Amino acid sequence: MSSILTVEGVNKNFSGLKALDDVNLVVEEGSVHAIIGPNGAGKSTFLNCLVGRLIPDTGTVLYYGNKPEGETLFGLPPHEINQKGISRVFQTPEVFEDLTLFENAMIPVMAHLDGSYRFNSWGGVLSRGEIADAAEHILSDVGLLEKRNMHSGSLSRGDKRRLELAMCLAQDPKLLLLDEPTAGMARADTNNTIDLLKKIGEERKITKVIIEHDMHVVFSLATKVSVLARGHIIAEGAPQEMKGDPRVQEAYLGGAHL
Amino acid sequence: MNMKDNILVLIFGAVILTMPLWAGIVGAGYPDLLQKFAIFGLFAIGFNILFGFTGYLSFGHAAFLGIGSYTAMWSFKLLTMNAIPAILFATAVSGLFALAIGFVALRRSGIYFSILTLAFAQMCYNMAYSVLTPITNGETGLTLTAADPRILDAATTEGLPSTEVFGMGLSGYHGFYFCAVILIIGFYISVRLYRSSFGLMLLAVKSNQNRMKYTGLNTKPYLLSAFVISGMYAGLAGALMVVIDPLAGAERMQWTASGEVVLMTILGGVGTILGPFIGAIVIKYFENIFSAFNDAVLNQVFDFLPDFIQGIWVSFASLFVGKGWHLTLGVLFMLIVIFLPGGAMEGFRRIAAKFKKEKEAHSAGGAE
Repeated sequence: MSSILTVEGVNKNFSGLKALDDVNLVVEEGSVHAIIGPNGAGKSTFLNCLVGRLIPDTGTVLYYGNKPEGETLFGLPPHEINQKGISRVFQTPEVFEDLTLFENAMIPVMAHLDGSYRFNSWGGVLSRGEIADAAEHILSDVGLLEKRNMHSGSLSRGDKRRLELAMCLAQDPKLLLLDEPTAGMARADTNNTIDLLKKIGEERKITKVIIEHDMHVVFSLATKVSVLARGHIIAEGAPQEMKGDPRVQEAYLGGAHL
Repeated sequence: MNMKDNILVLIFGAVILTMPLWAGIVGAGYPDLLQKFAIFGLFAIGFNILFGFTGYLSFGHAAFLGIGSYTAMWSFKLLTMNAIPAILFATAVSGLFALAIGFVALRRSGIYFSILTLAFAQMCYNMAYSVLTPITNGETGLTLTAADPRILDAATTEGLPSTEVFGMGLSGYHGFYFCAVILIIGFYISVRLYRSSFGLMLLAVKSNQNRMKYTGLNTKPYLLSAFVISGMYAGLAGALMVVIDPLAGAERMQWTASGEVVLMTILGGVGTILGPFIGAIVIKYFENIFSAFNDAVLNQVFDFLPDFIQGIWVSFASLFVGKGWHLTLGVLFMLIVIFLPGGAMEGFRRIAAKFKKEKEAHSAGGAE
């Protein structure tokens, strides 16, 4: 299996605080790679370094989605990173709350077809059949088709997450980053989201990086787990190995290096 | 555009073009006032493309109004009295200015964007009064003179010329119809924009810029396009002002003029297709009525009261009329913002919803 993302020797300081300390990581193509760790372990910083939102003090991150020799994403604006095939869902679902679900679904389809800007101001958006079809298709994939004319602001958190995932999938990404996809959700919504992610995984081969601290989610989905604590990767392996690893338990029980 | 939009544009066009026939009933049957309705309606419709669709509140659109006016005047002075080249040049030149101003102002959002646009507009205003006097003729304003070169049609006119379209003069109702046709075209374009892929992107900018960026869309060119388009509408409206009355002064670039179009848009309904136009009409209509009142009229109105009470009422009411009509506008604006944040359009929706409910209740009652 080839890698889609490699991280080498990444360090990041925030005014003296070492948020990331010599982090090395390889994300294999087609894997579901979970990055877990207690609060304050540097998970969000790490995710931001992966997508070029933060620039590490030292080290490199290379993305192999488009070029076999790899490319760096540092300093690129978010829309360019996205157009390279990296989609992202946020801790709090980010959708277009003033628009209907159908409109929400059409926007990423257009971004996929038209690129980051196109002045298409004359033809009605609905007259472009391929966009409406793709939007409907993606809404039905996540089970939201019957709510297509609702405003997405009125959805439950779980449904917003579904919609956000649908919008990411509409772009046919190579790499999907999920930042605590079930944070703040009721158990039922969490299970629904897990089922949906499993279903997506079966239907499409999209590499996923999941930042999470809900172990239930991690062990249900991940094919590989890296444990981050105090800016270090302290352990790495298959989910079942990690479950019993004393270092992981120590980190989670708060005993690490205190 | 679906069938419903086509019908909307057709009804809109019919209502506007028949205005001279029925506006007299509500006391608005003067060509001057109807011209104002059309011109400010167009200004507000264009302003809504920026403010209503993207949520970016520009406080400097009067600058484009002024630029349009001056450009059209120079087209009259240098080329021809025909209004068509004048409005085309005005639209293009104000578009160029909008491109430059928008490019800088859109580096910021929210209140900072508003302040930047305000600063640019005040700069234009002050420059028109000072260093640019050779172009703008400063305080006196730019007017037509018999000595203007008018290289295309100076030979065919005598004395002080007037504006025309292929031989048809543009004063009075002719001027209104000219503005009305352009207003209807402007309205049609704005409806098409609203329903297009581009329009949806503008709504997306307003709704969630972060999601937009992470969906691979570059918000900047979308915003800049919207800014330029609405600047062109403003320039066109400014040109129509001098088509009707060939005199361009810097005062129409003042910040109060920028504020007025904001009021119109909010009063009518931000982000709705028709609202800004309705807001423009409401403001211009009430301005016409209230500013015409004076103490003599008020005395007549309150004539039925005993003398000393009449005096008190007249002096109180006179605060709200004549030059004080802005006080009335302020009260109206506050009432709208507090009770109908969606403007007049929300009011219509609520009334429609109420009627629907009553009808449903009625038919349910009948079925029992």
